[in-house]
Amino acid sequence: MSSQDTPQSPYLVEVDAIDFAHAHGAHQVYSGLSLKIPRGKITAVMGPSGIGKTTLLRLIGGQLRPQKGEIRFDGLNIPELSRSELYSVRKRMSMLFQSGALFTDMSVYDNIAFPLRENSSLPEEIIETIVLMKLEAVGLRGARHLMPAELSGGMSRRAALARAIALDPELVMYDEPFAGQDPISMGVIVKLIKSLNESMGLTSVVVTHDVEEVLTIADYVYIIADKRVVAHGSPKDLQALDDPLVKQFIQGEADGPVPFHFKAPSLNEELFGDAGGQHD
Amino acid sequence: MIDAIARLGKAVLDSIAGAGAALLMLLRALIGKPQLRKSFPLLMQQMYSVGVLSLVIIIVSGLFIGMVLGLQGYTILVDFGAEQSLGPMVALSLLRELGPVVTALLFAGRAGSALTAEIGLMKATEQLSSLEMMAVDPLRRIISPRFWAGFYSMPILAIIFSAVGIYGGYLVGVRWLGVDEGAFWSVMQSQVEWHQDILNGIIKSIVFAFVVTWIALHKGYNCVPTSVGISRATTSTVVTASLAVLGLDFILTALMFG
Amino acid sequence: MESRTTQLAVGLFVIIGVLALLFLGLQAANTSAVSSGDTYRIYAKFDNIGGLKERSPVKVGGVVVGRVTRITLDGEYYEPLVEMTISATYDEFSETSSVSILTSGLLGEQYLGLNPGFIDDTVEMLKDGDYIYDTKSALVLEDLIGQFLFSQGSD
Repeated sequence: MSSQDTPQSPYLVEVDAIDFAHAHGAHQVYSGLSLKIPRGKITAVMGPSGIGKTTLLRLIGGQLRPQKGEIRFDGLNIPELSRSELYSVRKRMSMLFQSGALFTDMSVYDNIAFPLRENSSLPEEIIETIVLMKLEAVGLRGARHLMPAELSGGMSRRAALARAIALDPELVMYDEPFAGQDPISMGVIVKLIKSLNESMGLTSVVVTHDVEEVLTIADYVYIIADKRVVAHGSPKDLQALDDPLVKQFIQGEADGPVPFHFKAPSLNEELFGDAGGQHD
Repeated sequence: MIDAIARLGKAVLDSIAGAGAALLMLLRALIGKPQLRKSFPLLMQQMYSVGVLSLVIIIVSGLFIGMVLGLQGYTILVDFGAEQSLGPMVALSLLRELGPVVTALLFAGRAGSALTAEIGLMKATEQLSSLEMMAVDPLRRIISPRFWAGFYSMPILAIIFSAVGIYGGYLVGVRWLGVDEGAFWSVMQSQVEWHQDILNGIIKSIVFAFVVTWIALHKGYNCVPTSVGISRATTSTVVTASLAVLGLDFILTALMFG
Repeated sequence: MESRTTQLAVGLFVIIGVLALLFLGLQAANTSAVSSGDTYRIYAKFDNIGGLKERSPVKVGGVVVGRVTRITLDGEYYEPLVEMTISATYDEFSETSSVSILTSGLLGEQYLGLNPGFIDDTVEMLKDGDYIYDTKSALVLEDLIGQFLFSQGSD
């Protein structure tokens, strides 16, 4: 809409000072989180487990609404879109879920053909060509007749990736693409993300806590902790940074600014607190 | 004391919110322009798994319940020398009550629990989210065909149940216990009315179909996406749907025959 | 394709359902013209209707020709007024017809017995909304016993 009149911003997605808490928990996930995702680049969003990295992707996809703040996708403020506008924006983005989320009742081929059949009125021959091309890109052309249950974890993630790029989206969001993969399939996926990004001009967002893998391909990195962005920059900048938290995260130390222990009273207090109180 | 009142208030508010969410889910699933070309094969697929696959249990239970009615009815009626009334007794109990109600209960156990578990598992494996991200509304793609399939299937199943049950009563009453065949059918025909009995039974069944399918889909769609959550949702579907059917049956019976 | 067998199975399922409905309609229920088709209504007042109910049959010589459709109290003295719906196939009852409330068997249901009256040039046929004036109320067992005892006592 408005993006055609104004000069294209270098950022495809802009998250601006959002507050978010899940409806049924008082637990605040984000407060005042802001980040920008540049077009045509691979942006990594990292952070310790459980800080709601997946939540961020769902917010960008419009599946969740922040309590405050704006999320702009190509100039459109996602939380304020109507249902039909949101669905048309979603045709321009796609998401690779952690579990792959292939439809278990269809073959690999039908899974990848699914978004094409649902969102386009292309004839079946063209759909077949597209599906085979996408399968070729992830190296699974030979597995098209298998059911998802027959695939290994790595293969099903690649099949899901083929499905995610079936409609040639502008933005692909990867939710923990490396989690639970053996080193070989991890390498394959790293390579695929990189090559797809280059060949298709995609904008990629990779949410992960696998630091090493993602630093090799990311153009820009955000580190989220404590409900907000604590550091950002190119991988080189970050490695050079002297922030203790960033250091802890990148080097993988067990304890540091992000405590090893979940928030709790000190052990002494908990074990002997009351009894100690009486003795004193 | 005040805590207890607050808890009660919270429970009431939560259940109102739950009912509202369920209603909203149904409205969103059903309202909107239908895409016949896409939704017809989906409906067929669901009619198959919800309706056709429930046929065996419905026929077998219907036959046995009809046979038991024939046997029990005969032993009671023969004391009054009124065994000719066996026909209407079997037919009326089946058409008015047992057909719609037992079908709905069996349907809740056989198809309702399956619907809840299927949708719950789709939610747990992020298939529903991934549909949303593919710009496909899961309410339209997943919920709506299943709802209509249940809605159409259950009345058909209830009709089959009643017909088979009457045949079971006939087998026991006439073939085995020797009630006069002519009297069995003619007394039945003089007592059973198309509008009052058959149509009201079908209306009951349509109401039950709506409620049971709705509960099953809602429980699946809003379950906690973990293995415990899905198993709870499935149990809750069967319990809630059965209670709803029995409660509604009383209300409908009072309205129709009271 | 798989969907073909699915469609076939669903088609069969629906056909079985329709057959079952036909079975119920034709074999189990009375599909005579009484419950559907053309009907007309006539009224009759009684002193006492006993156990007569809505939907009780109206019979002529044991043949069902209609049903009681409504029972209300009517007039200054609250007399029971019975509305009956008669199949239009039987529209030649004369004004002189009478109705009585009868019982089928010793313990059976009560029904309306309609006795067609004589026909000559001076009497008209009953039309929709007409009243039958010649009525005989239900026999109430308690009244009968009371009468019997009374007549015993007066001897």
